[in-house]
Amino acid sequence: MNKSVLFGTLAFAGLAAAGASAATLDDVKARGTLNCGVTTGVPGFAEPDSDGVWQGFDVAVCRAVAAAVLGDSDAVTFVPTTGKTRFTSLASGEIDMLARNTTWTFSRDTDLKFDFTGVNYYDGQGFMVPTDLGVASATELDGATVCIQTGTTTELNLADYFRINGMSYEPVPIETGAEAVQQFLAGACDVYTTDRSALAAQRAGFENPDNYMLLPEVVSKEPLGPLVRHGDSEWFDIVKWTLYALIAAEEYGVTQANVEELASAPGDNPEVNRLLGTEGELGAMMGVSNSWAKDAIAAVGNFGEIFDTTIGESTAIGLARGLNAQYTDGGLMYAPPFR
Amino acid sequence: MTTMTDPPKAEGFRIGQLINDTRYRSYTFQFIAIVALIFAFSWLAYNASQNEQLQANGFSYEFMSAPAGYDINQQPISYDSQDTHLRATVIGAINTLIVAFLACVTATVFGVIAGVLRLSNNWIISKLMAVYVEIFRNIPVLIWIIIIFTVAANTFPPMSEFRLPRDGSDPTRTLLFGMFAATNQGVYVPRLTLGDTGWIVIATFLASIAGVFGMRSFARKKLYDEGKVVPVLWPSIAILIVPAVLMQFILGSPLGVENPEMGRFSFDGGILLRPSLIALWFALSIYTGAFIAENVRAGILAISRGQSEAAAALGLRPGRIMSLVVLPQALRVIIPPLISQYLNITKNTSLAIAVGYMDLTATLGGITLNQTGRALECILLLMLFYLTFSLIISAVMNVYNNSVALKER
Ligand SMILES: N[C@@H](CCC(=O)N[C@@H](CS)C(=O)NCC(=O)O)C(=O)O
Repeated sequence: MNKSVLFGTLAFAGLAAAGASAATLDDVKARGTLNCGVTTGVPGFAEPDSDGVWQGFDVAVCRAVAAAVLGDSDAVTFVPTTGKTRFTSLASGEIDMLARNTTWTFSRDTDLKFDFTGVNYYDGQGFMVPTDLGVASATELDGATVCIQTGTTTELNLADYFRINGMSYEPVPIETGAEAVQQFLAGACDVYTTDRSALAAQRAGFENPDNYMLLPEVVSKEPLGPLVRHGDSEWFDIVKWTLYALIAAEEYGVTQANVEELASAPGDNPEVNRLLGTEGELGAMMGVSNSWAKDAIAAVGNFGEIFDTTIGESTAIGLARGLNAQYTDGGLMYAPPFR
Repeated sequence: MTTMTDPPKAEGFRIGQLINDTRYRSYTFQFIAIVALIFAFSWLAYNASQNEQLQANGFSYEFMSAPAGYDINQQPISYDSQDTHLRATVIGAINTLIVAFLACVTATVFGVIAGVLRLSNNWIISKLMAVYVEIFRNIPVLIWIIIIFTVAANTFPPMSEFRLPRDGSDPTRTLLFGMFAATNQGVYVPRLTLGDTGWIVIATFLASIAGVFGMRSFARKKLYDEGKVVPVLWPSIAILIVPAVLMQFILGSPLGVENPEMGRFSFDGGILLRPSLIALWFALSIYTGAFIAENVRAGILAISRGQSEAAAALGLRPGRIMSLVVLPQALRVIIPPLISQYLNITKNTSLAIAVGYMDLTATLGGITLNQTGRALECILLLMLFYLTFSLIISAVMNVYNNSVALKER
């Protein structure tokens, strides 16, 4: 067993060397599919539907990049990753990008050698408890048993929060979100903590969501976004600007429904023209086709549409836009100029 | 024809001999194997050295002295999230040893019982044991760990039923004998408290254990030298218990028992056996116990019937035949495979990760590796730990094996 671990590590290190040296864009084009790392399943964010087709807020980012690069939003191989395996998968080159509610932190960006291409959801860590636990605030949780996923920022924030508030707790470390929910529902832990968006998403899938509630405290900043390996700036640009294209599209009123029409001829808004390729050569500057943004928007809709159909207020998950509204609506979503 | 039997003439060395001549052939293949091995390893090492992260950060264990930042539930020595990764690693290592030790002990007990009973003349008992061995041996231990974990989580009553309802009514469930509680957050048992002078009582007890051994060897000497049978059972029990009880009495009961008591969310005090520990411990015990049972059975069957018949002819009772004649000889057959079962248990504890038991693999090879990204460093260190554990266990067991092995005189 020990031997196989050695070979595994060295092979992993070897893969890492191979993965980092090649240009990801060429690899993806040659392969004809995008390998995109997602969660093992969080409703609304990334989950296969009843036909086995991956759907969700994070999945849409993968599909948009595939559409921008390959012209086909279905040319994606989704690779489920846990909190623990995701970085190994990305570093080793098994996946080309990771879109898995991953928090942008300093050490992940610098020490782990990744590059975050932006933020698609501004979040914070919260706590969920059964209503009959009789707790109204996280400050009352001294001595509670808490389910956490390992390999996450969650477990570090949790340790900090309880230590700073002079409280103790019993951590129950768990590998995947699904197991955590199972343990929480079985009462093996009193509290379940993770990003608030994921709490809301998973609670929506409970049999009796009303028996559980989110505590008001938000104990951390969790800017969640897609990331790529450090050292391949071309690929980094493509993933980054695809995300910005979706955000800008919402700002300028480009939707899945009207994108074909707007892209057929230049209109009055030069920014939209450049975005959709009717003016200038933005796609070529990045090494993709000039219709990259149009293809992405046509495939998944603009940022607002993605939000509304996957996790927004009209869905069972019912998240409000809040910080994730456009800057014009008082949120933090802001795409730099397309010129 | 005579030339055929002549020794080959010394006609110098030909290249073909490296393959055709049995004197050189094995060296040739060993040489090729070594070169291939060296090549493979240097390729892997080169590849690793090309790893971007390694190149940027270098190969270093400095991260081990940085604060770990995460909490660990089962803490045999004190720890908080501001302690270093090194301390977290040590906690993990101790947790590995704890569950490995517990599982080795219980697996041996299960194994010996099942192995002996499988040879029983009672048809039902021997078949039952056969079924136990075949079922547990033939299903992967990971599955057993998960099954037991799931069963424990779903059959033990939820902690909420033990909590004091806020309307002041009585809880649905209370402690068994005021001491034990099996909940889906773990099993609570009383804890021994030492008090100021408690160690004196413990030391007395340990001395008594030594005393029992001394008295037994005295009895044996008497028996062999003078043929006198000295009673051992009752004196042993007395030596074991009386001094410690007296000491406890004289010192004013320093040794105490702390029972679990309901707090706001769960029991305070007592010892908590977490579901992860229980699942891992129990699964490893019954699984490996099935293998040990086969070793024990093989060991007993290896002793020829003549031995027990001869002993019976000398008038020994069946129990004594087993303990004085058969088992001492069977041990020689049983111990060597038992060593590898103990090694298996120790290594299989790394499956702890499936149920979230915070062992070495979960701390050093899990969270530390994940939060620091130092994969190569962590895995190499992890291997070193397991290798050390295994070698120590082998060494200790080999000493024991030598003590029971056939002494050539
Ligand atoms: N944002 C945090 C936590 C991310 C995380 O693991 N979230 C859980 C929320 S349920 C998840 O996605 N689990 C799905 C899975 O285990 O595949 C991080 O980046 O460390």
